[in-house]
Amino acid sequence: MSDLQQRALSAVEERFGDDFLGADSHAGQHWAEVKRDRIVEVLTMLRDELGFDMLTDLTAVDYLDKGERERFAIVYVLYNMAEKGNFRVKAWVPEDDPEIDTASNVWLAAPWAEREVFDMYGITFAGHSDLRRILLPDWYEGHPLRKDYPLEGHGERHDFERYRS
Amino acid sequence: MMSVERPTRTPIEIEEELDGDLGAKRMVVNFGPQHPATHGTLRSVIECEGETVMNMDLEIGYLHSGFEKISEYRLYNQTVTVSDRMNYLSPLCNNVGLSCAIEKLMGVEITPRCRVIRVILYELSRIADHILSVGLQAMDLGAFSVMLWSFIEREKLYDIFEYVTGARLTTSYTRVGGLMRDVPDDFEELCRNFMKSARRTIGEMEGMLNENAIFVERTKGVNCISREDAIGFGITGPLLRACGVPYDLRRDVPYLGYEDYEFAVITEEGGDVWARYRVRVREMYESLKIIDQGLKMLPDGPINATLPEVLIPRKTESNKPKGGMEGLIYHFKAFMHGAGHGVQPEPGEVYLATEAPNGELGYYIVSDGTQKPYRWRVRPPSFYNYQAFPRMCAGEMISDMVAGLSSLNIIAGELDR
Repeated sequence: MSDLQQRALSAVEERFGDDFLGADSHAGQHWAEVKRDRIVEVLTMLRDELGFDMLTDLTAVDYLDKGERERFAIVYVLYNMAEKGNFRVKAWVPEDDPEIDTASNVWLAAPWAEREVFDMYGITFAGHSDLRRILLPDWYEGHPLRKDYPLEGHGERHDFERYRS
Repeated sequence: MMSVERPTRTPIEIEEELDGDLGAKRMVVNFGPQHPATHGTLRSVIECEGETVMNMDLEIGYLHSGFEKISEYRLYNQTVTVSDRMNYLSPLCNNVGLSCAIEKLMGVEITPRCRVIRVILYELSRIADHILSVGLQAMDLGAFSVMLWSFIEREKLYDIFEYVTGARLTTSYTRVGGLMRDVPDDFEELCRNFMKSARRTIGEMEGMLNENAIFVERTKGVNCISREDAIGFGITGPLLRACGVPYDLRRDVPYLGYEDYEFAVITEEGGDVWARYRVRVREMYESLKIIDQGLKMLPDGPINATLPEVLIPRKTESNKPKGGMEGLIYHFKAFMHGAGHGVQPEPGEVYLATEAPNGELGYYIVSDGTQKPYRWRVRPPSFYNYQAFPRMCAGEMISDMVAGLSSLNIIAGELDR
């Protein structure tokens, strides 16, 4: 574990003891898992005190029936310009109330990424000023990257005839 | 059948502004998605006063193809073909990035020869991408011949790619743990020929543009973005380096042995269209340097790691009787469905980014221990770069917006995925 990741992990654990759910790693990469409630505070602290000035990526994973903590995980990939290292934060979002606070006040990069997560997973971001679909048309039904959304059939161009006329 | 309403997306309402003084009132202009200057299917609804852009709403998704969803239903090696279609100006970069991510997930070490070949092809793709980007940037500002010259060089590169990989665009050259096949014997000679002509052409392009009054006037100080905003927006690649931030994953988070090569991380000050042009041009020279070093150090040896259960055996080995039974068995093993066959990483997740021509191309792959990725996410550089576009254009002229858009080099294939 790099020094930066170690410091980031212990800072999150120390400051957010109750909301810190644990740390995990794979292939030498480490991440912190947190509850969704104080995610903005976690991210703000990482930005201001640990120098993670860039939000490299924001995405989600649907762990349907995988026996994980909750169904959805929002993954924040952060990068520290000065120390040249990255770190991930995973916030768990339950299925029955898929909502989490927006990170758009922490990084300018967040709004579009959150719109994409909303578009693909149906997770809403509280406080987002412009939460519309981004890749799919507004009239689209469903959220295709959810695991219970089939690859074929649903959402195919049933309206194709209509537009041709 | 579902009832479907006509799409109503635009939040800016179009006002009747055709009577009275046009300059004093706000007008809404629709730009794209089929406009020649958008280089792809991008639509922007521009709110302007006279010719000054006041506000802009970007609409993307016209080229959305569900790559991330499709890839969750493909074997790991099959997702390489999906990655081709993302940044279609430099498909090899996507291939290499994806394979590196899967190898990191599995903890596979690739051979030295494979590593150098990947670096050479990566840098050739970077030149293909940058040279076309500079050419189109010049074309949008009226210098048409530069675009034609850049196309000639790109064509030579595509000939090399076709010769090496078998396809001009849908290269699908990398495999988990190696490559589809070795490079041909005269690969070095081809590259050297190309490098000679590319160096001349880039020089000619510079000679045409560097002191061209029209080009300089229309690019300097246009479409600026500040350092802090650029970092906040997650802008990467030539655009960030044009703001004076020396962020280059090849040097900062080395992969594929980039630390063995000597090259400079190019930065320019200003964050405007001119700085982006300069960064791209100077980076091409650095890429040529890397290719030269790569060709010199290209070691002999196998191109594939010794992982017979994971690698796809060559067709000749599995099909010919002389190839023996083993080739055939491994071929079955690689493609058979079910536990214990083919590429099957341990449960876990990995985020690996490479420095693609447009910026940080990251792959976030989650494995649940089966043959197919559980989550296959691409962090497309264009997506984050394009988000900052309204900020860059605010308060500028509509005609400068065209210059700015071509300097971003937005590739709709990776923007919308």
